[in-house]
Amino acid sequence: MAELRLPKNSRIGVGKRHTAPEDAKRSKAFRVYRWNPDSGENPQIDTYVLDLDDCGPMVLDALIKIKNEIDPTLTFRRSCREGICGSCAMNIDGTNTLACTKAIEEIEDDVAIYPLPHMSVVKDLVPDMTHFYAQYSSIKPWMQTQTPPPPDRERLQSKEDRAELDGLYECILCACCSTSCPSYWWNGDRYLGPAVLLQAYRWIADSRDEYTGERLDDLSDPFRLYRCHTIMNCTKTCPKGLNPAKAIATVKKMMVERR
Amino acid sequence: MATHRRPLSPHLQVYRPQLTSVLSILHRATGIVLSIGTLLLVYWLAAIALGPETHATAQNILGSWFGLLLLFLWSWALFYHLSNGIRHLFWDAGQGFELSTAYQSGYAVVVSSLVLTVLAWVLAFST
Repeated sequence: MAELRLPKNSRIGVGKRHTAPEDAKRSKAFRVYRWNPDSGENPQIDTYVLDLDDCGPMVLDALIKIKNEIDPTLTFRRSCREGICGSCAMNIDGTNTLACTKAIEEIEDDVAIYPLPHMSVVKDLVPDMTHFYAQYSSIKPWMQTQTPPPPDRERLQSKEDRAELDGLYECILCACCSTSCPSYWWNGDRYLGPAVLLQAYRWIADSRDEYTGERLDDLSDPFRLYRCHTIMNCTKTCPKGLNPAKAIATVKKMMVERR
Repeated sequence: MATHRRPLSPHLQVYRPQLTSVLSILHRATGIVLSIGTLLLVYWLAAIALGPETHATAQNILGSWFGLLLLFLWSWALFYHLSNGIRHLFWDAGQGFELSTAYQSGYAVVVSSLVLTVLAWVLAFST
């Protein structure tokens, strides 16, 4: 059963406010979720007002500026700063996206920043991804074969077969889609979620993989696959413009067609 | 160093409502409304079976402004659930998954549910 309210220890209070420098012409407030595992207090929202004339264009630039110049205790993940690593996935302005590719200018009001929704929080904007990665590993995300490979070359693929993987291989496993999915919020312990199901389909669709039947068998479960109710929050939020909902629908169709 | 129990990050509280999720929860809500509305239908049929007096009472209750309001909402729930159900049939066939298409079909479902409801009531009162 869906638990709609936050547990007592997770309800959010009001935190500190850091004002903009006095000569700021273009000030913008960033309301950031904070939780310190050492304090024993509930999470709170700290507000940092920045001068946009003295800040990079992306939300990640603002977070880095806050950490460097105002509050070094602010904790978040980031690496590539160009949308290819998936580290800085978080909930910005009400939807999940990558802080590094989200322009501050796109957001009209204060910029509200939370960790990915319905996740266990390690600290501030850092969620615990252990369960997500375990689910990923459960779908065996590697090529499985029975026939021996050709002795003198790699397993080859036609251009058409390779094209089947377009829209799938680009996934960076940032978990924006899975943590946007209400079904994953309520049943994430057993439902695999859009990101992992898109990856499952990526191997089902691979012409070189020889375990399609076994892969479908593994997914044939009321929870692992069929908690998808085609809400489509996943496709709506994917920062890479991929379509997990479509991949899941294709798997569902294959389930029916192989009967 | 003591580490405290980790909080759950906010979900419904902060996630922006959007057409995708709103229409989905409406589909479930209208499904529930339809199930409850079926009880009303059973009551009406039972009232007919029990004789002219109970039938007259039922007609009075359902014909009151409150009864009509319930019936109006029930009919909208029916047409919404029907329209969105057809949308789901297309999805089950693997069609209409592009985001732009999903938004168009979503708006179409809202419009058709309203039009069909009004049409049904115009027909009901004009005969």
